[in-house]
Amino acid sequence: MAALKKEYHINKNDFIRAGEASIGVKNVLKSLDVDPSIIRRVAICGYEGEMNVVMHGGTGKLNIEINSTNIVLDISDNGPGMANTELAMERGYSTATDEYREMGFGAGMGLPNMEKNSDEFKIDSAVGKGTRIRMVFSLTHSKE
Amino acid sequence: MTVEELSKILGLDIVAGRNGLNRQVENGYCGDLLSDVMGNAPSGCIWLTIQSHQNIVAVAMLREMAAIVIAGGFGPDKETKEKADQEGIPLLAWSDSAYDLAGKIYNLGVGGEKNNKG
Ligand SMILES: Nc1ncnc2c1ncn2[C@@H]1O[C@H](COP(=O)(O)OP(=O)(O)O)[C@@H](O)[C@H]1O
Ligand SMILES: [Mg+2]
Repeated sequence: MAALKKEYHINKNDFIRAGEASIGVKNVLKSLDVDPSIIRRVAICGYEGEMNVVMHGGTGKLNIEINSTNIVLDISDNGPGMANTELAMERGYSTATDEYREMGFGAGMGLPNMEKNSDEFKIDSAVGKGTRIRMVFSLTHSKE
Repeated sequence: MTVEELSKILGLDIVAGRNGLNRQVENGYCGDLLSDVMGNAPSGCIWLTIQSHQNIVAVAMLREMAAIVIAGGFGPDKETKEKADQEGIPLLAWSDSAYDLAGKIYNLGVGGEKNNKG
């Protein structure tokens, strides 16, 4: 398979389109006949990453690259960034507003679920510099 | 069982997404925390929730669900209906508690397969 790349834009607080990038990615993977259990994991990570950009981040983008051995999902934004990524990675930690919590967001499960569902997970974030998360999913030896 | 058959038997209101009524209901899931639903709901499920905003349609699409039921008498937002119509995700409404409806659906023989996370 020749490498395939796609880029999707994500806008801060844009609930109308939130999820569309991940749905786009899922449709691409389906059309390539990727294993459904891998599609499921990529969809979870894409959705959580996309929602984090919408809720906590700023203007951002989601990049996907698919080659013969793996899928690379790269989600970045130019928002406020995080002072302590270790703390942010803790299950249950969330700075989501009450309004978001009422909508069913802000469980503090997004980042832990992204780490759990990817084969490689790397987070880079700094206050004032934005956030970038890179996840790799192996197509040859998968977690599940 | 299709979403249409199940809706008829249980008297669920069909509020949007009619073009998806022939989807097969294979399982069920209850949840209002979207990260939990996204991470754990099985594909082909009917999802019972009190959330009514439009992002639930994206979750249903990503998890390849059969239908969404907004339980507890919470009506869906106008935008949620539009999105469900657009995407062909059946959006149903139930005025009593999710617990009550889940029991009825379970009794119809839907679900119970604990590890089917398709
Ligand atoms: N893109 C981002 N930009 C800034 N902060 C972020 C970003 N993503 C996550 N965070 C911070 O990390 C916390 C934990 O994220 P997460 O595990 O997804 O839980 P939740 O989104 O439910 O709060 C967030 O509440 C927020 O403080
Ligand atoms: Mg999150």
